[in-house]
Amino acid sequence: MNTSEFHSAGGDSSGHAGRPRTPGALVQALEVLGRSVLGALETLGGVATLGWQVARWAVRRPYRVQNLFAQLDFVGVGSTFIVGLTGLFSGMVFAHQSSRAFEMFDAESLVGPTVALVLTRELAPVFSALMVTMRAGSAMCTELGTMRVTEQVDALETMAVNPIQYLLVPRVIAGLVMVPLLTMVFNAAGITGAYAVAVLGKGVSAGTFISRTQQWVDPEDLFESLIKGAVFGLAVSLIACFKGYYASGGAKGVGQATTEAMVASALAIVVLDYLVGVLLH
Amino acid sequence: MIQVRGLHKSFGSQHVLTGIDLDIEEGTTCVILGGSGSGKTVLMKHMIGLLKPDRGEVLVDGEDIVPMGPEELERVRRKFGMVFQAAALFDSMSVYENVAFPLREHRRISEAESREIVRQKLEIVGLRNVEEKFPADLSGGMRKRVGLARAIVLEPKIVLYDEPTTGLDPITTDYVDEMILDAKRKLRVTSVVISHDVASAFKVADKIAFLSQGRIVQQGPPSELRRSEHPAVKLFLQTWFGKM
Ligand SMILES: Nc1ncnc2c1ncn2[C@@H]1O[C@H](COP(=O)(O)OP(=O)(O)O)[C@@H](O)[C@H]1O
Ligand SMILES: [Mg+2]
Repeated sequence: MNTSEFHSAGGDSSGHAGRPRTPGALVQALEVLGRSVLGALETLGGVATLGWQVARWAVRRPYRVQNLFAQLDFVGVGSTFIVGLTGLFSGMVFAHQSSRAFEMFDAESLVGPTVALVLTRELAPVFSALMVTMRAGSAMCTELGTMRVTEQVDALETMAVNPIQYLLVPRVIAGLVMVPLLTMVFNAAGITGAYAVAVLGKGVSAGTFISRTQQWVDPEDLFESLIKGAVFGLAVSLIACFKGYYASGGAKGVGQATTEAMVASALAIVVLDYLVGVLLH
Repeated sequence: MIQVRGLHKSFGSQHVLTGIDLDIEEGTTCVILGGSGSGKTVLMKHMIGLLKPDRGEVLVDGEDIVPMGPEELERVRRKFGMVFQAAALFDSMSVYENVAFPLREHRRISEAESREIVRQKLEIVGLRNVEEKFPADLSGGMRKRVGLARAIVLEPKIVLYDEPTTGLDPITTDYVDEMILDAKRKLRVTSVVISHDVASAFKVADKIAFLSQGRIVQQGPPSELRRSEHPAVKLFLQTWFGKM
């Protein structure tokens, strides 16, 4: 024991004459990378654990129907307008750009199906989930975080009410149910926007637009929309709940938790988009 | 009855509680005194299972609550009411909904009955006609009293008060002291009170426990504590009774 301590101490002082060793830039960069990977894994583990608890408490009585409806209303009904508007403009922009490309080889009739496929498979679920994250996820995270740091969560527990069942289950169910429905709103608005640009703006005939779109878009594409919407909705509501529920450190801590929840949700959406896409095809 | 045995709790490298032993008999009032940040709130949260210790036992009516999962804890917690230091009212709910919350969760009673019970409890803490207000519209002292009303609305066997009188005016402080004494006399309620207020402590306590550096350095009836030779206790009591 003693000899090895002596050796290591001697080795250090002879090499660097008492000066603290400054790690190279590479080592520092690796450290930062390592820490953020560990942080991401920790969040992933935490979200998964919380998801399991939410599932367990969701199937138990009492069912918090009133809380559930409040959240369905907030997440779903409250987001309809903004998701619809985003969908409308996405469809219009996409139709405009793709028709410029298709014009070059006289294939404007393909504008409808192109927009419809891109919308249903990718844009609708991703954008709907992003809008819900910004609008509802941020509110969920700050509300839960504030309840945590002001001991309202503790107060619920002391009154023999399970906070996961009372607070988290309704929010996660609302995300799971409402994001797919909002995805459909996005699809409908997006196609309408594309129709307006292609048929009214670019002179594609209404019949061509509709028949070509029907020809190319299958029910499976709408199914993909719904599946992705459900997966994203579950992920972003769980992340917002996780970050808020375990927030600490006063108002500053709640702000930080919300920032982290937004970043993690956006990342989760793009990563899951790829994974679900690969799994479905 | 609450028995705390060899309780240790650290947050990271900070050792907050380092071996707490404390017995609180049924139907008595125990006041926990100690400086700010000495771990009084942490100790109280262990009594109702909000925190899990690193080591030690917490027996409530003879049952160790430390190893209990959420379902079992829920059953034990029905014996308790707790008043939080900063009230911890639900700010999305009105005063009435806050106080009625435990009633709605655990009793099957009509809206009219619940209104009446809430009115009575609010009156006990000296509040009238505040039912429709929201916590954000109340002063700190009023919020605290709503928190008191919510804690006693189910008439629990054990009430934990985390600094119930800090920040209240002297008259309201007296009210709260009387309330604690009344609950003991009429309903044989066991009370645990965290306090900074030495006068209140000596008025309501059957037993005073003095927390310092993670341990209960002295516990006993007020008269005994008054004669304590422990330097931390002496210093604390001097601020009230003056040097002797
Ligand atoms: N959840 C927690 N995480 C980390 N530290 C905590 C936590 N709760 C309390 N502490 C620390 O424990 C110490 C005692 O806190 P507390 O019991 O609230 O003191 P008081 O006696 O004033 O009620 C404080 O230093 C506080 O910072
Ligand atoms: Mg405290």
